[in-house]
Amino acid sequence: MANMISDETIEYVSILAKLDLSEEQKEAAKKDMGRMLDYIDKLNELDTEGVEPMSHVFPVQNVFREDVVTNGDDSERLLSNAPEEQDNMFVVPRTFE
Amino acid sequence: MESRKSGLLDMTAIELSCAIREGRTTTLEAVNAVFEQIEEKEEEYHCYITIEKEKAMQSAREVQAKIESGELTGPLAGVPVAIKDNLCTEGTLTTCASKILENFVPTFSAEAVELLKKAGAVIIGKTNMDEFAMGSTTETSYFGVTRNPADITRVPGGSSGGSAAAVAAGECFFALGSDTGGSIRQPAGYCGVVGMKPTYGTVSRYGLVAYSSSLDQIGPLTKDVADCAAVLSAIASHDEKDSTSMKREDTDFMSALVKDVKGMKIGIPRDYFSEGLDGQVKKAVLSAAKVLEAEGAVLEEFDLSLVDYAIPTYYTIAAAEASSNLERFDGIKYGYRAAEEGIGLHEMYKKTRSEGFGEEVKRRIMLGSFVLSSGYYDAYYLKALKVKAMIKQAFDQAFSRYDMILGPVSPTTAPRLGESLSDPLKMYLGDIYTISVNLAGLPAISLPCGRDDQGLPIGLQLIGDCFSEKKLLQAAYTYEQAVKNGKLTDDKTGIVKSDRKEA
Repeated sequence: MANMISDETIEYVSILAKLDLSEEQKEAAKKDMGRMLDYIDKLNELDTEGVEPMSHVFPVQNVFREDVVTNGDDSERLLSNAPEEQDNMFVVPRTFE
Repeated sequence: MESRKSGLLDMTAIELSCAIREGRTTTLEAVNAVFEQIEEKEEEYHCYITIEKEKAMQSAREVQAKIESGELTGPLAGVPVAIKDNLCTEGTLTTCASKILENFVPTFSAEAVELLKKAGAVIIGKTNMDEFAMGSTTETSYFGVTRNPADITRVPGGSSGGSAAAVAAGECFFALGSDTGGSIRQPAGYCGVVGMKPTYGTVSRYGLVAYSSSLDQIGPLTKDVADCAAVLSAIASHDEKDSTSMKREDTDFMSALVKDVKGMKIGIPRDYFSEGLDGQVKKAVLSAAKVLEAEGAVLEEFDLSLVDYAIPTYYTIAAAEASSNLERFDGIKYGYRAAEEGIGLHEMYKKTRSEGFGEEVKRRIMLGSFVLSSGYYDAYYLKALKVKAMIKQAFDQAFSRYDMILGPVSPTTAPRLGESLSDPLKMYLGDIYTISVNLAGLPAISLPCGRDDQGLPIGLQLIGDCFSEKKLLQAAYTYEQAVKNGKLTDDKTGIVKSDRKEA
């Protein structure tokens, strides 16, 4: 495998991805990602010098509209999906002591 | 009773709505026939995650009254539909086949779902899929696999596998799916139904749980080409709630149902028929091309180029966007939350996501986080966006010479259950003919063109330039009519028999 993923890299990526991986999962992820990157490296065969990166196929940019409220107060129904709620608010774990 | 049910289920959506309008049957009778079929088959196939019988009955009664009063007259009025479970449905569980959304009940419906309701379609339930639409077999679903009605030892394809199987099994008359890299066309091909991925921006993505926003597009899975045109006409719309939605005037797709391909130029990319393509699939697809030629189309082989670069480009972009889109699942506002006393906010996020997402989803979130991270962004993500531009250019060149491109949907027919997941890279390679269409934002249709010696459906794919759905539908319709009328027999063309294998 051309791409060797280090422990530090997997650690860093799992922080970015907000995922908690067991040691076993980390090893598997290192192998998986290395293989995928080897495959993606195929793109380096192509000379992309001077090519504009294309994020959107149509030249549509910054679509604006008036910021007008069209829906009603949905807070009760929205909160009914929350794992925990209290007094019309989302409850989260304690964030600081 | 049995014959009455199967008589109804043999109808297409358009035929059914016509029969209801003419009083030969009723919406309720059609919905009942579907539920009888579900009763009989669902345990074996498992097309659905959620079935809403009471709601469907209620809605059937309301729709029937509106049909009788003349308020509803369209081709989908009274027709039972299944919705992929990544499309939000107000008041009905929407899980994306993930544990992390196992209890999520949306407070609104996707625009495409709203439009179907307005057209009088009756929602039967929510179909199974790969978790967050990441997969090609429907095996990554948290709720178990769906089986292919053509052969229950096989996968239905994915990610819209539940939708395709439900249409093939008569557990609905048509379905909605979403297509990010082939997720409508490939399962349609594997299950022997019609599926279409419209031009990017044709159908509003409002209410579609985002996987890869720049590639995702909602589309129909139907029994035939005419139904496909009818459904697309109903769901195509300009929607302010989706900033990538396009303003289109030409959305009367039914007008394209004309049997005529005289003079149509069809390009056949040599790169789509080289190594890796199963011999029987190749034969069936080329025979289909011959049928169109006999109808007056002009065929020409050409080199599309860059085909081998589509998959690595796709996985870079899709994983990057997925890692960003799936950040919202944090156990605060909805869905699953890992229960543990005494842990802080960040620990809770991590635990929730680690327990809530399946393996394939985590794999793509990790890869996406990596290619977007500083130091790697240019080398991977930006590089992929540049190759995407080159792929788009290759298609532009092709469409300067051809009205459409013809090829297979997938390299093989449906694989056996359990065969694909052990090797993700191999599974990704199965998307080679479908994936570049999403990168270039193009429309493409998948329709049945025969079966292999195992009786498994083979899919034919027609790819068009942006906004050329009508041409595709016209060519697809012409092919379907030509084959249906039996004008060309097996002996003359080598077409693998297209008769339905009895289940």
